[in-house]
Amino acid sequence: MLAVGLTKRYGDLTAVAGIDFAIPRGTCFGFLGPNGAGKTTTMRMLTGRSPVTAGRLEVLGLDARVAMRAIKGRIGIVSQDDNLDEDFTARDNLIVYAGYYEVPRAEAEARADELLAFAGLQDKAKTGVDKLSGGQKRRLCIVRALVNRPELVVLDEPTTGLDPQARHIVWGRLRELRRSGVTLLLTTHYMDEAAQLCDRLVVMDHGRILVEGEPSELIQAHAGGGVLEVETDVPPREAADLPAVRAAAQQTEVAGDTLLVYTADLPAAEALAAQVPHRSYRVRPATLEDVFLRLTGRSMGEEEAEEEE
Amino acid sequence: MTAALRLDVGYRVLHVWRRHMRVWLRYWISNLITNFVEPFVYLIGLGFGIGHFVPRIGNVSYATFVAPGIIASSAMFAASFESTFGTYVRLVYQKTFDAIIATPVSADEVSAGDLLYSATKSTLFSAVILIALVVTRLVPHPLAGSFLVPVVTALTGFVFGALGMIVSALVPNIDNFNYYITLFLTPMFVFAGVFYPVATLPAFARDIAWFTPLYHTVELCRGLVLGGTAGATMVGDFLWLLIAAVVLVPIPIVLMRKRLIQ
Repeated sequence: MLAVGLTKRYGDLTAVAGIDFAIPRGTCFGFLGPNGAGKTTTMRMLTGRSPVTAGRLEVLGLDARVAMRAIKGRIGIVSQDDNLDEDFTARDNLIVYAGYYEVPRAEAEARADELLAFAGLQDKAKTGVDKLSGGQKRRLCIVRALVNRPELVVLDEPTTGLDPQARHIVWGRLRELRRSGVTLLLTTHYMDEAAQLCDRLVVMDHGRILVEGEPSELIQAHAGGGVLEVETDVPPREAADLPAVRAAAQQTEVAGDTLLVYTADLPAAEALAAQVPHRSYRVRPATLEDVFLRLTGRSMGEEEAEEEE
Repeated sequence: MTAALRLDVGYRVLHVWRRHMRVWLRYWISNLITNFVEPFVYLIGLGFGIGHFVPRIGNVSYATFVAPGIIASSAMFAASFESTFGTYVRLVYQKTFDAIIATPVSADEVSAGDLLYSATKSTLFSAVILIALVVTRLVPHPLAGSFLVPVVTALTGFVFGALGMIVSALVPNIDNFNYYITLFLTPMFVFAGVFYPVATLPAFARDIAWFTPLYHTVELCRGLVLGGTAGATMVGDFLWLLIAAVVLVPIPIVLMRKRLIQ
């Protein structure tokens, strides 16, 4: 998949402002960003739900502007909200859906049984969709996107609204899917999900791609190795100016009455803790969440301040 | 601009239609009964109640006179309810349209298949009512032309299916259909000749009736089942419905596409 200068405008509003990305086959690629960053609009362009305003977009080597029907035959789409057929059983959902891809009836039935097993829903084959739990519906949505044996599966926030158990089951299925050679493309605002699943990811905000890379690379480059979260005795902004902090910190950030200091590694963060007057502190490895929040703004205030600039 | 008006429609329309029929067949008994009872309530209540005071219209009983009108109006209501509430629920609440356009089926085909389903329901329901009317001897001597009624009600289904779907594509919420039904369908039901000959209305009302699709459906159904309408008049009514269907059907498909693909 390839995008060059991909742009989407609605009247005066630019939802996606000329982004470039290339996704190799067989990888899991993530789109991260706050609400309104342009992730979903990008997905909509990839799946034919939104015409491209400008730029180039190729999916599986086909031009998305002219060959959308052919593309849709070779990809699977899992939308943000469940849109299963409430009128049918779990198995019939898969069989009817396979019909839209011209899968012959006998083959569709075989695939339905295979996919129900893959989703761990073989016992629910004859259950009406309205009787399934949230997690079961999500798994059914995901395997429904596999009835045409797609080369690429696009998932828009695949685990939003699920409980932790259900999320882990979905992640397991997605990892297995990627191992079998399917390219995965997903949007999420769960950083743990991105860290768990994605080989590479981009962080988007205001319709642009801010950074792209492997999760570990991005953490190293944008958050360092260790983080000291310290509730300081003095106002945190003053603490940030202490010489010891300035020496050890790659970056500092203030969140409420807490000072966050990003250091090169964990020992550096640990060593620094003793040198800052504090009520309490915590040392932890940097995560994708730190990268995300640093790039897209930690609080509403910062976001608004940016917009005013 | 021309590209925006060209329809992307092929045989995949039938996939959508099959899906809807499959849902319908799951509940076909309750679907048929509910759609069946209402026309008969009108027919029996009004036919016998008013028929007591109006012994004959032309050379048939009042109930028999009303019967073809009920066939016509049931075609109108079947397509109208399906293309308003039915379509809107699939579009907004069940997200059936979203699910299907993720596949090689185009947005235009999803809308066209939905419309085909509305027209199918018109044809089916009115055919069942026609059969019931003959079996119960409410229409004691149907003419051979009765076999052409499904052609008329199918066309009627496309006209009202298209009108209803235009409303579905434009309304912000499901309550708005009440305006369409109360201000458009109900007056048509009362004034388009279902219950009395339109000729009894004042001239201006007759002219208005001519511009409504139901008037032509009623005239055709009555002419085909009971006779008494000139062949040329019926050809004119048929052409009226045909032209209306051809002109109207593409409009909701384009409007729905604008709602789905943004």
